Amino acid sequence: SFTTHCEIRTYHRMCGMQFMLLFSRQGKLRLQKWYVPLSDKEKKKITRELVQTVLARKPKMCSFLEWRDLKIVYKRYASLYFCCAIEDQDNELITLEIIHRYVELLDKYFGSVCELDIIFNFEKAYFILDEFLLGGEAQETSKKNVLKAIEQADLLQEVSHVKNCE
Amino acid sequence: MPAVSKGDGMRGLAVFISDIRNCKSKEAEIKRINKELANIRSKFKGDKALDGYSKKKYVCKLLFIFLLGHDIDFGHMEAVNLLSSNKYTEKQIGYLFISVLVNSNSELIRLINNAIKNDLSSRNPTFMCLALHCIANVGSREMAEAFASEIPRILVAGDTMDSVKQSAALCLLRLYKTSPDLVLMGEWTSRVVHLLNDQHMGVVTAAISLITCLSMKNPDEFKTCVSLAVSRLSRIVSSASTDLQDYTYYFVPAPWLSCKLLRLLQCYPPPEDGAVKGRLVECLETILNKAQEPPKSKKVQHSNAKNAILFEAISLIIHYDSEPNLLVRACNQLGQFLQHRETNLRYLALESMCTLASSEFSHEAVKTHIETVINALKTERDVSVRQRAADLLYAMCDRSNAKQIVAEMLSYLETADYSIREEMVLKVAILAEKYAVDYSWYVDTILNLIRIAGDYVSEEVWYRVIQIVINRDDVQGYAAKTVFEALQAPACHENMVKVGGYILGEFGNLIAGDPRSSPLVQFNLLHSKFHLCSVPTRALLLSAYIKFINLFPETKATIQEVLRCDSQIRNSDVELQQRAVEYLKLSSIASTDVLATVLEEMPPFPERESSILAKLKKKKGPGAVSVTELEDSKREGGELNGGGDRGSDTAAMAASNASTPSPSADLLGIRSAAPIGAAPASAGSLLVDVFSEAGPAAPSAAVSDDGFLRDLEQPTETSDSLLVEGSGDSDPKFPVSHRFVCKNNGVLFENQLLQIGIKSEYRQNLGRMYLFFGNKTSVQFASFTTTVSCPGELQSHILLTKPVEPLVEGGAQIQQVLNIECLTDFSEAPLLNIKFRYGGALQNLTLKLPVTINKFFQPTEMASHDFFQRWKQLSQPQQEAQKIFKANHSMDTEVLKAKLLGLGTALLDNVDPNPENYVCAGVIQTKSQQVGCLLRLEPNAQAQMYRLTLRCSKDSVSKRLCELLAEQF
Repeated sequence: SFTTHCEIRTYHRMCGMQFMLLFSRQGKLRLQKWYVPLSDKEKKKITRELVQTVLARKPKMCSFLEWRDLKIVYKRYASLYFCCAIEDQDNELITLEIIHRYVELLDKYFGSVCELDIIFNFEKAYFILDEFLLGGEAQETSKKNVLKAIEQADLLQEVSHVKNCE
Repeated sequence: MPAVSKGDGMRGLAVFISDIRNCKSKEAEIKRINKELANIRSKFKGDKALDGYSKKKYVCKLLFIFLLGHDIDFGHMEAVNLLSSNKYTEKQIGYLFISVLVNSNSELIRLINNAIKNDLSSRNPTFMCLALHCIANVGSREMAEAFASEIPRILVAGDTMDSVKQSAALCLLRLYKTSPDLVLMGEWTSRVVHLLNDQHMGVVTAAISLITCLSMKNPDEFKTCVSLAVSRLSRIVSSASTDLQDYTYYFVPAPWLSCKLLRLLQCYPPPEDGAVKGRLVECLETILNKAQEPPKSKKVQHSNAKNAILFEAISLIIHYDSEPNLLVRACNQLGQFLQHRETNLRYLALESMCTLASSEFSHEAVKTHIETVINALKTERDVSVRQRAADLLYAMCDRSNAKQIVAEMLSYLETADYSIREEMVLKVAILAEKYAVDYSWYVDTILNLIRIAGDYVSEEVWYRVIQIVINRDDVQGYAAKTVFEALQAPACHENMVKVGGYILGEFGNLIAGDPRSSPLVQFNLLHSKFHLCSVPTRALLLSAYIKFINLFPETKATIQEVLRCDSQIRNSDVELQQRAVEYLKLSSIASTDVLATVLEEMPPFPERESSILAKLKKKKGPGAVSVTELEDSKREGGELNGGGDRGSDTAAMAASNASTPSPSADLLGIRSAAPIGAAPASAGSLLVDVFSEAGPAAPSAAVSDDGFLRDLEQPTETSDSLLVEGSGDSDPKFPVSHRFVCKNNGVLFENQLLQIGIKSEYRQNLGRMYLFFGNKTSVQFASFTTTVSCPGELQSHILLTKPVEPLVEGGAQIQQVLNIECLTDFSEAPLLNIKFRYGGALQNLTLKLPVTINKFFQPTEMASHDFFQRWKQLSQPQQEAQKIFKANHSMDTEVLKAKLLGLGTALLDNVDPNPENYVCAGVIQTKSQQVGCLLRLEPNAQAQMYRLTLRCSKDSVSKRLCELLAEQF
């Protein structure tokens, strides 16, 4: 087939976030979000390996590391580690701020978020993440807009409840 | 237990989570979970219909149990039921369950798709978003089939809400990643590109990820995005920090969008439109300027966001690799970061500088930071940062600093983390080889490597040092002396014993004059290590011993005694036993002369790409070896195995039979290629030899493993005789000059009187051609003269070295040798004129000699990443030559591959995204310069056509190669 030259000139791998994991200092997985299709077995293996690797690192170490053919970006907030896997072409620093923005969103929604909030309201943590990141890419980076969407949804719940009681 | 804070809490769920958290042991947890699973199962199976709330609660519990790491095999149907609930909260939990626990059960997928379809057409934006999120999360092929045509419509429709557009863009991206064939943008392309102009920053942020991915695959269709991206970027970069309201992040305007815009631009070459380019350069300069301004906030988020944009801008500058000013500024900025207190910035600066080091504009600027980088290697506390420092040292290494860098890496190796030792060893070995001017330094470095990190020295590394010592006679004495000294250490690594055994076996005689290293001392030293070694090493030592018997007849009795003892001759290992028996017998029955022939010094190895480099590439994956090798060999005139003056070395000439380079990048010859063992023997019998078409690279001549004896076997000749082959060759439609482009041997000419065969060998910019003139008649040719001339501009030198016998007897064959040196590239062929008398009549014949520029190719292996980087660099229009032509010959894959290999280039696998295409790389060696060449051949079997593209660092070469090759396929 006669493909264009530009194709060869600019061929890169697909980019974007591959997955995000939240886990505690004890290594308990609190949230997992996979943006690439993997088997459950593979997911468990990755999680196990990565949790071990990240927990073994000392506090002052760099937030980035190479792991398999991916780049890992992680940061600890209180008792929770937030850990993202990105591809070779992706930007580490902006990923670090993706993590921070997500923490800010959780914090604003729950009001001084702590690990327990995420354990007991894991479904909310997922909903907020879906408003912020979709398919591993930023969907909406404005804090106000994300929270507005979540609050609207909460409002919908109230409304339907009221209807339910009537 | 905290109160469930917002929205509609599920008390039962909270109680269950509390229970789990209160479990004292794993067993208790499992027990509690099993109880809950039984409960949920009975509820789902029960007669009483569950209300939506209960269903939602139980589905949510199942989800929680799954996320704890337990398997869930029911509840999917209940979750699907929730999707059609008109209560948002129930629908939302249903979608979440589906997103997390996808099940490829086709019945279920149909139901899920139905529910999604309903929500997409509901015109309720919140429902539409939920459905789009679900598609994006699952992203299965079935969903792509159902929705790939619907979503672009939603994305560009005028009345779609912004939030729905955002979800639709990313949903489409996910489907494109999983099933690109199903996502057809077609008519929507232009409207999607124009989303870059959307007023809503969130829409732009989401859409740009989609546009970037589509642009990577279809750059031409999306190229209008370049100017839109530049103007959007320009507006953001020049905006005040408050202009963008909530899209400003810690005083940095729209950092995510800025990074993505810069990333999108990396899918394209620099803008052709001067105004657009000017605006972009201005943006890049502003970004670099801002890095120098005092921070607007002390928060790390501020500096991270700002620097994220800076690093992306630097990536773009490196991608363009055309603005020296920006490249040097980028390098200076990264230099500042090298000493920043933030570990993250030091890490990224080291990483980014690695790519800068490969640009000719910034290579020198990068080198100025050598001390800082060496310091990082010594003092960084984080191994991942040290690793980056080692990578950068490797990338910035050239002849001027190689000794310093290699010394630093060696000293780092002594304390290096185990995880990176093997890679460090490979890198040191490569640098030492590549930049060696003085080979004693090279030998010292490798022996140090074995001493310091013997366990991490792979076969490739120690094979390589032996090859180099064998190929360079100026270093052999030094190598023998050095290994002898190294072996004095009471505990030395087995790899040292291997190298020592091999080298002393070959060159021990060079140091035998000194009584401290007399033959017997050498032997005793080697034999003192014997019993501690593994079987392969012992086998190698036995071979060294038999070589000793030849080198030093005075050691014969001692060595025979060793071979004769039971532990050798009756060794339980077959290989050892066989060697002991055979060597013993050989030493007793063979005459000195026979022994001397059989155990002759190993012939030089054919020159190929270092297998160490191949190993490093493999280890690091494509793109990891940051310096493009082509470029390197260009910068460095005389590599270790290159450039050396060995014109008189017939054997070495024979070694590079360009027509059949071995495709494997295995160690130069030790395993698979032939070190032309039979070359000296064939000197007197070229007449015979010419009938063996395969020549020196015939696999039958290969030396197997490390067996010294194997090369004694006579290379068996193939049955393809010149004469047989000649018939096919003499196709009149195919001019002489084209027949030999992809091969080196064959019949050049034949008529009723005369047959002319040629056999040629090329190495670097040198070549040797054997011409065989066969008299087919029974009568003598008189006054037989040949002259070779170079017409016109042809500057390629041809020297006639052997005067031909004036008489060519009937039925006889005479030979003539031409030495060829390529001074600079050429397109004409030298002419061969032959005159002789046959039965009184003067015969006069002029032929073109098949010397073509491609004969001086050295194959270059490179990874995909390097290939494309290099391809991009050769983008000037005159550097490219292209032809589209009808296939004249078979389009069979194997035939094509053989031709491309015969061309002399390396055929690169896994480089072209389209597996049907062929991609090759090589360097043409001429005396005045080296010309890097990249080739791409795209067959179209259906149309029986080819498209051939060449990109070379010299215009005339692209053109000439294109002409030559277009006739070959």
